[in-house]
Amino acid sequence: MNKVVELDQVIEKVQDGASIFLGGFLGVGSPLKCIEKLAASGKKDLTIISEVSGMPGGGFDMAILFKNRQVKKIITSHIGTCPELLEEYKAGRLEVELYPMGTWAEKVRAAGAGLGGVLTPTGVGTKVEEGKQKLTINGKEYLLELPLSAEFAFIKGYRGDKIGNVEYRGVSVNCNKVIAAAAKYTVAEVNEIVEVGGIDPNHVGTPGIYVNAVVQGYSFDEHVQVFNQHWEEIGQLKRKN
Amino acid sequence: MDVRERIARRAALELNDGEFVNLGFGMPTAVPNYLPKGIQVTLQSENGCLMTGPTPYVGEADPDNANAGGQPITLLPGAAIFDLCESFAIIRGGHVNTAILGALEVDQEGNIANWAKNAAKGDFSPGMGGAMDLVRGAQKIVATLQHNDKKGESKILKKCQLAVTGRGVVNVIITEKAVFNVVDGTLVLIEKDPALSVEDLKACTEAEFTVSPDLKDYRMSGINA
Repeated sequence: MNKVVELDQVIEKVQDGASIFLGGFLGVGSPLKCIEKLAASGKKDLTIISEVSGMPGGGFDMAILFKNRQVKKIITSHIGTCPELLEEYKAGRLEVELYPMGTWAEKVRAAGAGLGGVLTPTGVGTKVEEGKQKLTINGKEYLLELPLSAEFAFIKGYRGDKIGNVEYRGVSVNCNKVIAAAAKYTVAEVNEIVEVGGIDPNHVGTPGIYVNAVVQGYSFDEHVQVFNQHWEEIGQLKRKN
Repeated sequence: MDVRERIARRAALELNDGEFVNLGFGMPTAVPNYLPKGIQVTLQSENGCLMTGPTPYVGEADPDNANAGGQPITLLPGAAIFDLCESFAIIRGGHVNTAILGALEVDQEGNIANWAKNAAKGDFSPGMGGAMDLVRGAQKIVATLQHNDKKGESKILKKCQLAVTGRGVVNVIITEKAVFNVVDGTLVLIEKDPALSVEDLKACTEAEFTVSPDLKDYRMSGINA
């Protein structure tokens, strides 16, 4: 089955009010093209579920969705880096649900892996335990954290084949792998689409069984350029003398 | 020497050769600059790698490699990358030897507050990120902070006022004036600025503490240690 589709076809499936996982960590490993199309679509009242928020300083990745006021809620571990998000939050237009980063990841993993929840010691004795069931196992206290799923996941890979296998590159794998398994409909944005057999099975990070659609993102050359340009603009790269 | 460098130089002495280390934002990020001779550590970045290298040059950044602050990085030979679940399995599973964290407040029971500000004052809290997992999982937690706030109030408290990141998790507290070990839920002064007496320290510290029989002058990597 060929899962390669045009991005427009995917975005059409998203309804106002949809819940969406966005891959990436402060912009790295973010499905940039999917976000751009989602922004252009004007879909609103979205719930965004992401490990952290946008790249520090804003003006990149998910920032546009907040700038356009398309998001009503974010479920994450940290919101301090994205000015566009903060403006929405401070204006009282954005609901924020916070979990410790490792807890967020395990809640998502539980949803994808068919578990009823996970027990974690993280957050015991803090505000995070409020309203949660606490269990003592072998004398140690744990919080019961429930699964976290969504209607859509937009992930970003390096290469994808036509049956949805995805190969990642570098640290950009971050939360992409875990969210891919936890959504009803998972879209893989990749730098390069290859024929079936074009990815060494040893290098498949997300197997096609989790993926519903494969879309063309920036080519790898464009991807290198987009990040280098942005990082240079915000002063994150060293200059040679 | 500014206060932050002083604290970073002292914190560097907490690291042992061969350790896996996670550094929080702020003062801790300067610690690798002051590692004592012969001490090599491997840094873990919670977004998913071990052995991060120096910042790349303009035009040479790899778009797929950045640290937990979203800043571009290079990877050193021997580096490993992994996804977020694995990264936090490493942290929560007790595989990180030492985490050096910035703190807003600490208290005499070894509690640390470093994520939530004072909502009553209208201060904004960005979220806990990975800090709550780190304080639960790393084998040794070093809290770094300035001893007193701008008004001179102690930040080493009897009880944290801000929402805590973890309870009873801190092992060592380092300020620019003193170093305390947390032993069975009480503070023990182990080093102090030689310019201050124990009485001076008591006057600027809200928390109760005992004085180690082996009390030393404040040590700094590359200066007197």
